[in-house]
Amino acid sequence: MIKFSMRIFSLIAISISVLFFGISSAFAENPTKVGFVYLTTPGDHGWTYAHELGKKMVEKRFGKDVKVSVVENVPEGPDATRVIRELAKQGNEIIFTTSFGYMEPTLKVAKEFPNVKFEHITGYKRSKNVATGNIRFYEGRYIQGVVAGLMTKTNKIGYIGAYPIAEVIMGINAFAQGLKSVNKDASISVIWANTWYDPVKEADAAKVHIAEGADVLAQHTDSPAMLQIAEKNGAMGFGQSTDMSAFAPKAQLFASINNWGPYYIKKIEELRNGKWNTGDSPNHWPGNVWGGIKSDMLVISKFQNMPANVAQKAQEALDGIKTGKINIFAGPLIDNTGKEIIPAGKALDDGALWGMNYYLQGVNGKVPG
Amino acid sequence: MITFIPRDKVSKNWIIIAPILSIFFTIFFGLLIFTFLGYNPLETLYQIFVSPFSRIDRISDILVKACPLIIIGTGLMLCFKSNVWNIGAEGQFIMGALLAGFIALSFPNIETKFFLLITILAGFVGGALWAFIPAILKTKLNVNEILVSLMLVYVAMLFIDFIVRGPLRDPMSFGFPLSKPYPEGALINKIPFPGIGFLGQLHYGILFVFLLVPVSWIFVNKTLGGFKINVLGSAPQAAKFAGFKRNSITITVLLLSGGLAGVAGVIEVSANIGQLQPEVSFDYGFTAIIVAFLGRLSPVGILFAGIIIATVKLGADNAQMTMGIPKVVTGLFEGILLFFLLTGETLQKYKIKWSEGKK
Repeated sequence: MIKFSMRIFSLIAISISVLFFGISSAFAENPTKVGFVYLTTPGDHGWTYAHELGKKMVEKRFGKDVKVSVVENVPEGPDATRVIRELAKQGNEIIFTTSFGYMEPTLKVAKEFPNVKFEHITGYKRSKNVATGNIRFYEGRYIQGVVAGLMTKTNKIGYIGAYPIAEVIMGINAFAQGLKSVNKDASISVIWANTWYDPVKEADAAKVHIAEGADVLAQHTDSPAMLQIAEKNGAMGFGQSTDMSAFAPKAQLFASINNWGPYYIKKIEELRNGKWNTGDSPNHWPGNVWGGIKSDMLVISKFQNMPANVAQKAQEALDGIKTGKINIFAGPLIDNTGKEIIPAGKALDDGALWGMNYYLQGVNGKVPG
Repeated sequence: MITFIPRDKVSKNWIIIAPILSIFFTIFFGLLIFTFLGYNPLETLYQIFVSPFSRIDRISDILVKACPLIIIGTGLMLCFKSNVWNIGAEGQFIMGALLAGFIALSFPNIETKFFLLITILAGFVGGALWAFIPAILKTKLNVNEILVSLMLVYVAMLFIDFIVRGPLRDPMSFGFPLSKPYPEGALINKIPFPGIGFLGQLHYGILFVFLLVPVSWIFVNKTLGGFKINVLGSAPQAAKFAGFKRNSITITVLLLSGGLAGVAGVIEVSANIGQLQPEVSFDYGFTAIIVAFLGRLSPVGILFAGIIIATVKLGADNAQMTMGIPKVVTGLFEGILLFFLLTGETLQKYKIKWSEGKK
């Protein structure tokens, strides 16, 4: 019997291996190979979905001239190192790593593959073949503040933050600046979800805000859960990363959309022309590309569910940012304890934005930690 | 109602045939699913099972991935053998990594690799202390160790989150939750191979696995301690008559498995991450439960089970990279594989009896 089963085993083993090695690989002419690493899946309808849309724009623009490989659900640790290395080994010429936590893994692998170009999204460390790109998300939040200030009846704004890091805090403060510009009586309360993506926690936070009287909600987390809760309870809110109006047709006022496509296309084009570079000053935060509304990396969706005069104010704010007439963090800036951050006539520079660990006037409470 | 009745004798032939049948069924259903979803089924199977072995550096990646699974799985083996259900290895892994990290970051300039002995010991202590909580509650108050150990996982996750955002955050990290990088002395290096250089991430931590497997084999099969654990699990009454102290064994196995999980945490962070961050474990502690059972609670079996699980995980990534198969699909396939392997093993030992359900 043992002999018999061994025979079955070897038969199966042989037939399987024959099948496997029979597979031949056919290749197209010579497309540029592009790799993407995603933190979650495009099904998050937020952060990763926005990258997925960017990837689709790349495919549409280049067609057969690129071959795109995607790896989703890659945790920010040793798995990332392995996946990025594998993408490099497989001949990808440019690799986009689309989450902050891929910073060290990207740098590590980049050292081993000096001829491959790496694009790390939202990091701050660069090297000869690692460029970084980020979006000025806070610009959209200023406009959100303007709309919120005009729409609120209770003067209470509920804000859901992911983690108390500079990126998120500058968004809250930009929102507060927009709010203050139209409504001096309204104030913002922040609930920290301590996650980027967790629809249950995000929904819970939204419910708490509404129970405490907030009628306009904003979020720095990724799922449409907050808007769905707002929709059910007659509150309003803003879409994050992608247009979420499908989830909340009556509640979404507008969405700040992360538009990565043009950036990806530009960088791939540079690579194909042999002009790819990481920018001039290697130690300058936050990298060579930090684009916003002006450069089309942040797109504001249609203003909806609001009266015409509010939409007009919002449009003015949008135009103001686009033309540079509005400087969101121009002095005088005073934090919510009354301390002066910067006097009139001056404005915070990019470096100062990344050092924010305080709330401006109009925000309740204090930054945790 | 389905009842499982132990077979009088496990057939030697079925020990060989069952896994083959399991794999056959797995492949069959895999082919079915992949075809149904529109992927080339043979290429998918190739990517999942064979491609991880197709290059030497990929093989080294398997070892790297399997390393924490085998270490944790070996510890869990001791628990499960004695009917102590430690489900919280994930938390013990984190606490081990955290205590070791705290010590590593307290000596920012240390260079000697002997320091690793201290951090690994600290990892053992950290993990063991975390497992001591369910141990003491179980033995003194008869509190269910499954619940306590599992819930302590979430406490550990939140605790490391708090630590890297607060006390141990690198002031130069622009507010991002990362500790400072570890000093040289606390890092486990990659293994250089003469003439080849490095093979992927293969690091010296793997030596611990090569040490652990034979040592644990000897412990389980050749020592009184191992004998006690076996008897306690398979024949609790006999253990009682023999005068084995149930409580002290329970505490011992929990401390050992917690400690080993902690050591796995230190090795993982010191070799692959190099600093503390909010997430240091990626479900290793939970996956290792599967590894322990798939390895039939034996040290050598766990070695192979760890390698199998690691292979399929890496294969799933490869399938995604080359063929664009989403992880949910390969995850489904992983589930099928485990289902059939464990079913095969269960049916070797038990007969199924169908009977009318009584209410």
